[in-house]
Amino acid sequence: MQSIPIEHGLILAGILFSLGLIGVLTRRNVVFVLMSLEIMLNASGLAFIVAASRWGHAEGQIMFLMILTLAAAEVAVGLGLIIQMYRRFNTVDINVLSKMKG
Amino acid sequence: MIILFYIAAAIAVISTVCVILQSNIVHALIYLITSLLSVAVIFYVLGAPFAAMLEAIVYAGAIMVLFLFVIMMLNLGQHTRDQEKSWLTSKVWIAPSIMSGILLVQLVNVLSELDHDVELTRVGVLEVSALLFGPYVLAVELASILLLAGLVSAYHLAKK
Repeated sequence: MQSIPIEHGLILAGILFSLGLIGVLTRRNVVFVLMSLEIMLNASGLAFIVAASRWGHAEGQIMFLMILTLAAAEVAVGLGLIIQMYRRFNTVDINVLSKMKG
Repeated sequence: MIILFYIAAAIAVISTVCVILQSNIVHALIYLITSLLSVAVIFYVLGAPFAAMLEAIVYAGAIMVLFLFVIMMLNLGQHTRDQEKSWLTSKVWIAPSIMSGILLVQLVNVLSELDHDVELTRVGVLEVSALLFGPYVLAVELASILLLAGLVSAYHLAKK
């Protein structure tokens, strides 16, 4: 039976997660921030799949399905917010949102 | 099969780096699709063909089309690219990279103490669906309610 070490899969998920985190922290374009969030969610899904295939269970794939649903809902709401933000401020710069009045 | 895992992992990491370094938004989206498809290959190699299929259809298909639709709708063209280039100076990368690097080093440190092997056994659609519509049927219903709420709120937010 072919096998790979579990830490390689989990470290790959960790690398993808940190890359997404760098994107979220660095970018000022709100569409890029949302894309980096997708990378992070996808990395956590990868970690679930790796851990599930370690024991040969199907539960990890079900958790991945839940993450997929969450990502779809989050992207729909996030893109709706981006459209609304572009209408109000006519920019995709996330820094304009810090000038909000209470 | 094992060499396929490492090739796909390298493609995923490289294309994700390209996503966060890219200033052209459509090119970044294409790199993100490449990354997601190589993660789908990794899922297939790890013995999760159903997850691989969903990754290709839902992530690389539906969600990325949503992004493309919004990019087209907002008409983020040349001026956004110039704006991105002025924002992305090398100075802004330093602090986030150091912080994420520390996080990654800690993760690698913890994870390298595990030494189990992942046997590449196939867990197919049958096993997943038997669980999904057996013990986890409540989660499916809640996911459908979540999607409905997302649909309604996206419609409400994007309305004029």
